[in-house]
Amino acid sequence: MFFRENGQFKSTYRADMQLLPIVQDRWFMLGVIALAFLAVPFVATDYLFLSIINPFLILTLAAIGLNLLVGYCGQISIGHAAFMAWGAYAAYNLVQRVPMLNFLVVLVLAGLIAALVGMFFGIPSLRIKGLYLAVATLAAQFFTDWIFARVKWFTNYAHSGSVSTAPVTLFDWTLDTPRDKYLFLLGVLIVFTLIAKNLTRGHLGRAWMATRDMDVAAEVIGIRPVYAKLTAFGVSSFYCGVAGALWGFLQLGSWEPLAFDLNLSFSLLFMIIIGGMGSILGSYLGAAFIVVLPIALNQIPRKIGVPLSTAMAANVEFMIFGSLIVLFLVLEPHGLARLWAIGKEKLRLWPFPH
Amino acid sequence: MSIPRYAPVAILGVLLAAGLVAPLATGETAPGFWVEVLIGGLMTGVLYSLVALGFVLIFKASGVFNFAQGAMVLFAALAVARLAERMPVWAAVLATVAIMVMLAFIVERIVLRPLVNQEGVVLLMATLGITFFLNGFGQAVWGSDIYEINLGIPREPMMVLGKVFEGGVLVNRDDIAAALAAVLLVGALAVFFRRTATGRALRAVADDHQAAQSIGIPLNRIWVIVWSVAGIVAIVGGVIWGGKLGVQFSISQVALKALPVVILGGFESVPGAIVGGLIIGVGEKMAEVFLAPPLIKAFDLAGGGIENWFAYVLALLFLLVRPEGLFGERRIDRV
Amino acid sequence: MASIPVQAEPRATVEHEAPASRHRIGPVILAVEHVSLRFGGVKAISDVSFEVREHEVLAIIGPNGAGKSSMLNVINGVYQPQQGTIRFRDRTFDLMTPHRAASMGIARTFQNLALFKGMTVVDNILTGRNLRMKAGILAQALRIGPAEREEIRHREAVERIIDFLEIQAHRKTPVGRLPYGLQKRVDLGRALASEPDVLLLDEPMAGMNVEEKQDMCRFVLDVNEQYGTTIVLIEHDMSVVMDISDRVVVLDYGRKIGDGTPDEVRHDKAVIDAYLGTTH
Repeated sequence: MFFRENGQFKSTYRADMQLLPIVQDRWFMLGVIALAFLAVPFVATDYLFLSIINPFLILTLAAIGLNLLVGYCGQISIGHAAFMAWGAYAAYNLVQRVPMLNFLVVLVLAGLIAALVGMFFGIPSLRIKGLYLAVATLAAQFFTDWIFARVKWFTNYAHSGSVSTAPVTLFDWTLDTPRDKYLFLLGVLIVFTLIAKNLTRGHLGRAWMATRDMDVAAEVIGIRPVYAKLTAFGVSSFYCGVAGALWGFLQLGSWEPLAFDLNLSFSLLFMIIIGGMGSILGSYLGAAFIVVLPIALNQIPRKIGVPLSTAMAANVEFMIFGSLIVLFLVLEPHGLARLWAIGKEKLRLWPFPH
Repeated sequence: MSIPRYAPVAILGVLLAAGLVAPLATGETAPGFWVEVLIGGLMTGVLYSLVALGFVLIFKASGVFNFAQGAMVLFAALAVARLAERMPVWAAVLATVAIMVMLAFIVERIVLRPLVNQEGVVLLMATLGITFFLNGFGQAVWGSDIYEINLGIPREPMMVLGKVFEGGVLVNRDDIAAALAAVLLVGALAVFFRRTATGRALRAVADDHQAAQSIGIPLNRIWVIVWSVAGIVAIVGGVIWGGKLGVQFSISQVALKALPVVILGGFESVPGAIVGGLIIGVGEKMAEVFLAPPLIKAFDLAGGGIENWFAYVLALLFLLVRPEGLFGERRIDRV
Repeated sequence: MASIPVQAEPRATVEHEAPASRHRIGPVILAVEHVSLRFGGVKAISDVSFEVREHEVLAIIGPNGAGKSSMLNVINGVYQPQQGTIRFRDRTFDLMTPHRAASMGIARTFQNLALFKGMTVVDNILTGRNLRMKAGILAQALRIGPAEREEIRHREAVERIIDFLEIQAHRKTPVGRLPYGLQKRVDLGRALASEPDVLLLDEPMAGMNVEEKQDMCRFVLDVNEQYGTTIVLIEHDMSVVMDISDRVVVLDYGRKIGDGTPDEVRHDKAVIDAYLGTTH
């Protein structure tokens, strides 16, 4: 590495247990955040914000949510877009019906509603193990799809079932340009990343991981499976609910009933498999990858003079995702995040690996 | 749990019976129409059963929750449809059998062998990868339009039971052919499992992986065989489905209905897959035709479509009270 | 071959500390009463009763499949027996659950390692203290004052266990990467972290070499002597059993066939028959 942690000894447990124990890592992280707040807004174009950066931020939030459930607690879900839908429609209804609420309050309430729904669909996880849960979460997906397509109350009797939103105003700040949305999303994501980090290194996170690694042993040392699994479903759905509300209000603006369908659920799952299960950093890397790949598939062949038809690009995308999933599961089950960690470890020893 | 294990079975039975009889009893539905709905449900059920069958075969032999069974059905149907444009249908089917066997080899070599002894969830996600790859690959190679499979069966429906019901009952000839094909396939599989050495080896593996391995049954070969058989089951399902509705991408999605079917029937039960498929096929059709209209009226819904989730919610209820399904065995976790 | 082959392999001898420092064996703390357990048609345990006294080291021995591990699983509620009760500190339970057992102070290690493989040594042992950690979900999310202080307090307790088990160097290593013998220690550490009154050890020395066995014996006896923890252990190595236990219960085919001091059991006819076959 370009720095070494030699000579940094921890004399208190507080120092040993902090988020980034190495001084240089802390400076690096501060630098990244400063760059994101101070430089990116002036460099990036509206196109970049709209088609890459903002979707990346929102989907990262959703991926962190799914990762808390699948990567940390070991409970599979292939219907997590459903909880994004609950968040989005909850926020829509709150804004429509209780207009005086601050958008931040709306976000939290939307997350809480999604969390309740998530915990409800998580109840089968108490009776059944991993695989069967796949079907329970699919039930959540299809039932949710149907509810929002058919029950008119949820869409406020909007014609054709699609809903549209006005620009979000926070106190006096109207988020109407892509750059404003970016700054707000960035702030939200940083807060939620910190919360996820704190939860996973507290006793709740240990209860989740213990349940994931060896459920019987976890029970024997006094971790209630009910508590571990339902909190994981709840927190995970909370994250996805907030992400769904942000996706609806700040990315889509207006959306059709099937904006949160099974394909989005699969995308979320792919983000954490490719990025790294049980890793917050992995959620970032995976989301970035999934957001950028389709655009790259569209742009690169055109640049080199062999443009793909839309259908063919979609097919190639399917094939690449499919092969990458198998490849990562076989070669590096901990995803891009582990590759990053290995690279860092190698650099730490470089240039004297022995 | 204090709820007796047979309770959900009994409740399901009563509900099914009530749901079946109620429309007739109220007198609002013509008996002939009711029978047509029933037959339509049974036909869809046959298709669900076929997909579920492939699923159960793989789960029994390798413990893999094969999410890709639906994608295999689509892939097989696409192959048959496009090959049949250049050769007779029977030749196209044979060529597709060869393709599916090759696919089984590749899956075993690239996916299953490196992931042996991994947790079920990891294997499930791997089959999700296979699903995506197959969907992309199939449409890239064979095209992504809607294709026809013409099996040479006359299209016009037959009128049967004209003497029993007023107006008779309309039945499609291809539906009858499909049901016959499904019965033949299940019969052939039964013979294969009971009478051949390979079939016995497969059953041994399904019973106990390690014991089977220790008496010299090569697991890798068994996996190839069982994925090939599942591939052939997928062809039959794909051809029937494609012959009826045309070959298109939605097949892969509708095939997801096989998951609730296996929950209902029990993960390791072949009869469970068949019975479960028929129950869900009939149940969702009946629910859509007879239950949706009053629901729409009562709650002012924007249309029906409860068949989209009926199967899953039924499966969810089963998971809560009887996770082993109708025919499955209860498992004991040893520590 | 008339008695159990005590000297057949090198003895894992342990130097006892002066008896004065030992806690006096007290009244009955845990009693298993007429327990029967079936899996489908298979009888794992038939009508077994025995008592465990406070501060003692009780060994459960018996051939493979005798129902020893099942017995431990009944005591801490992993299996629910069809008949019988568990009495713990004058409270009688028809239905024991793992959570209730844990919160009353019964901890447990496993025959086949059941550690949390993806977590570090510190985190594994910290899970043993989860029952004692009360910070709410919001406090943890924001890691505000009380939540952090609680983490630090328990971390200190865990460090004492790490020192005791001499695994300081491996603190931050994911346990999956540790060698087997050390993993067994972490398993013990996780159980100790809950500061149990009764510690159930399922073959703590299985698969270890002589040095590792000696270390493990030392840890077990130290726990018993320093904290007065009551210990119930399953062990196959007779020399270990005879050396460290105060009493021995013998199971065979799910029945109790012997119960007494190591010396009594060693010369019991039924026990010898069970181990060597009745043709003797």
